[in-house]
Amino acid sequence: MNEDMTRAELLRRGAAGAAALSVPALLAACGGSGGSGGGASTEELKKVLNFANWPYYIDTPQTLKAAGIHKPTTLQQFETKTGIKVNYYEEVNDNPGYFAKVQGRLSKGQGIGRDILVSTDNDRFLGEYISNKWAQKLDKTLIPNIKNLIPAQQHPPFDPNRDYSLPWASGMDGIGWNEKETDPVTSVKQLFEDPKLKGRVGVWNSMGDTLGLVILENGDDPAKVTDAVFNRAIARLQKAVSSGQIRKFYGNDYGPVLAKGDLAATMAWSGDIANLADPHLHWAVPTHGGIIWTDNMIIPLGGSVPTASTYMNFMYDPVISAQWALGANYISSVKDVKQAAVKLDPKAATNDLTFPTDKTLSQMHQNDPAMLTNPDYNKKWLAVQGQ
Amino acid sequence: MGSFLHRHRSLTPYLLLAPGMLWLAIFFLVPMVFLGYQSLQSGLFPHFQFTWEFSNFSSALSGYHTQLVRSFVYAGIATLACLVLAYPLAYWIAFRAGPWRNLFLLFIVAPFFVTYLVRTLAWLNILADQGPVVRVLRDVHVLGPDGRLLATTFAVVAGITYNFFPFMALPLYVSLEQIDPRLLEASKDLYASSTQSFLRVTVPHSMPGIVAGTLLTFIPAAGDFINAALLGTPNQAMIGNVIQAKFLESLDYPTAASLSFILMGTIMVMLLI
Repeated sequence: MNEDMTRAELLRRGAAGAAALSVPALLAACGGSGGSGGGASTEELKKVLNFANWPYYIDTPQTLKAAGIHKPTTLQQFETKTGIKVNYYEEVNDNPGYFAKVQGRLSKGQGIGRDILVSTDNDRFLGEYISNKWAQKLDKTLIPNIKNLIPAQQHPPFDPNRDYSLPWASGMDGIGWNEKETDPVTSVKQLFEDPKLKGRVGVWNSMGDTLGLVILENGDDPAKVTDAVFNRAIARLQKAVSSGQIRKFYGNDYGPVLAKGDLAATMAWSGDIANLADPHLHWAVPTHGGIIWTDNMIIPLGGSVPTASTYMNFMYDPVISAQWALGANYISSVKDVKQAAVKLDPKAATNDLTFPTDKTLSQMHQNDPAMLTNPDYNKKWLAVQGQ
Repeated sequence: MGSFLHRHRSLTPYLLLAPGMLWLAIFFLVPMVFLGYQSLQSGLFPHFQFTWEFSNFSSALSGYHTQLVRSFVYAGIATLACLVLAYPLAYWIAFRAGPWRNLFLLFIVAPFFVTYLVRTLAWLNILADQGPVVRVLRDVHVLGPDGRLLATTFAVVAGITYNFFPFMALPLYVSLEQIDPRLLEASKDLYASSTQSFLRVTVPHSMPGIVAGTLLTFIPAAGDFINAALLGTPNQAMIGNVIQAKFLESLDYPTAASLSFILMGTIMVMLLI
C-alpha cells in the first residue's frame, strides 16, 4: 500500500492527522465493525513468543493481588491456553533509545529477535517503523477479536486501516511526587520554578510528553503547534535546565529514582506510580491539563506473524483485557472492558487510571503529530538536553 | 615456502608485520575512511548523499563547542587528580610495599573485574541524595541541608577519575619500579636532601610513566560519555554524549562523524604540543 501511495491517500492521512482522535471519543465505546482483510499467512505458529514491552505495563501476581483479583496473570493464562511460551522483555525504556537500538538491523531487513514490540503514537518512531516497512502486516484472520477495538482507535493517522498495529494501552502524562520529599506538586510551573525542588525534578526524554505539558502550562494548544508555541515551550524548559532545576531527562527509568527520593517530583505516566506500589508516591493531572497517548503493538521484521497475531487476539478478549487493565493501571482500547472489570472487582469502576472519569478526560489533550516529525523541532529538542 | 623465505631473507620482517598491518587496515583505516566519507554527507536519515559538505564541521563546532571545551576541562581535571592520587600510591608500592607489591597491584586492577557500566552505576547508589555519603557530609555541614553530590560536575569528574585511575597508576608504578636504587643512593652521597633527590632523580626518571599515564587517562576521558550520562545532568553533557545522541537518537550521522573527527583532531593537536 505504501508503495504507490496516491494523492487521495495522502490527503486522507493528512485529514486523519489533523482530526486525530478526539479525546472524549477515545473511550466512548459503542458499536462498530472490526477491520477486515490482511492476508492469511502461511507461516507456522511458533512455540515461543518474544515480546518487547515497557516496564510497569502488565498485570503481575503482585498487582493482581493489590487489585483483589485471584487469577493467574494474563501471560500465564495465554501460555496455558495456547501452549506458547512468552519471553516477556521489559526492555523498552524510551522510544528514541529503543528505535536506535533496533534500527540498524531493521534497516538491513533483518529481524531483531522479537515478535512484538510496543511503540508510542506520541513520538515520531511508531510512524518510522511503519513507513519504512520495518513492521509486518497483522494476520487479521487470526485476530477475530479485532472487532472489539474501540471506534476511536480504528483509524489512526499512522496506520489508517490498522493493518500493522493494534493498541496495547493508553495512558496519561502527569506529575508524580514523593510525599516524603515535597508537598504535592500539581503544576509544571511549580515543577520548573519552585526553588525547594532545585535539582530534584525529572522530565521525559520524549519530546511529545514533556513539551506537551509545558505547552499546556503556557496556555497554548498542544494540538496546534506553531513555531511561536514551540519556541515558547522550549525556552521555558531551557530556563529550567540552565537554572539546574531539572536533574535529568528520563525514559521509563524515573520510577525507582523517585521512590528512592533522589527525585522529589517528576513528570510521570499515569499507571506507573500506582504500579510502583509505594504509599508515599502520588500522581496527579497537572492543573493546566495533561496529554493522552496510546502505545501500539507492532510485529517487527523477522517476527512470527501468526504467533504475534494469536497473542493480540488473546489480549482483545474483553475479560482478559479487563484483568490486564486493572493489574497494569492503564487504559484498554477494548470494547466492554468496564463491564468485564466490574465483574472481576466491583470497585474497579472507580479506578480513575484505568477508567478515567469524564472530568479527567476533559483535562486531556493530544499532541500535534506535525510537531513530532518536524526535524527542526527535533534538533532543538536534543539541544535543550545538551545534545 | 621455506626455500622462498630462505632466498628472500629481507622479506621476513615484513611478513611478520603483515597480520598486524592487515588488522590495522581493516579495523582502523577502513572505518576511518568511511567516517570521513560520512562526515561530508548531507541529507536526512536514511537518505544521506555525499556532497563534500564541509559546513558540517563548522556548524558542529559552533553548535557544540561548549561540550567540547567542557570535555577537555573535565578530562584535564580528572587526569590531574589521577596523577596526584596515583603517584604516592605507585611510589609506595614500588619502594615500600616489599613482598606485598603484587597484592597491592591486584587491588588497583581488581575493579576491572567488574564492568565499567556496573562500576559507574554503583556510584549512583553511593552518591545518592539519600545515601550514606551525602548524609554524613550533611551532618558535618560540608554540604548544606539540601546539598547533593549526584548530578553535579563533582560527581562526573570524580567518576572519570575513579574509572581511569588504574590507567595512571600502572604506568607510574612500572616507571618508578625501574629506577635504579643506586641512583638515589648516589644523590644522597652527593648531599642532596630527600626533596632534592625526589625532584631531580625520581621525578625525571618516572617521566615516561607520567607521560604514558597522562595519555592513557586523558584521551579516553575526553571522549567518555558514561560518567556524564549517569552521574551528571544536561549541564554536564560532554562531547561523547553529543556524538552518541547524534549517532543513535537523532540519526544525524554526518554531524556525529564530523564531531568525532573534530575530537580526534583536537586531541592530536594537543599531543603534538
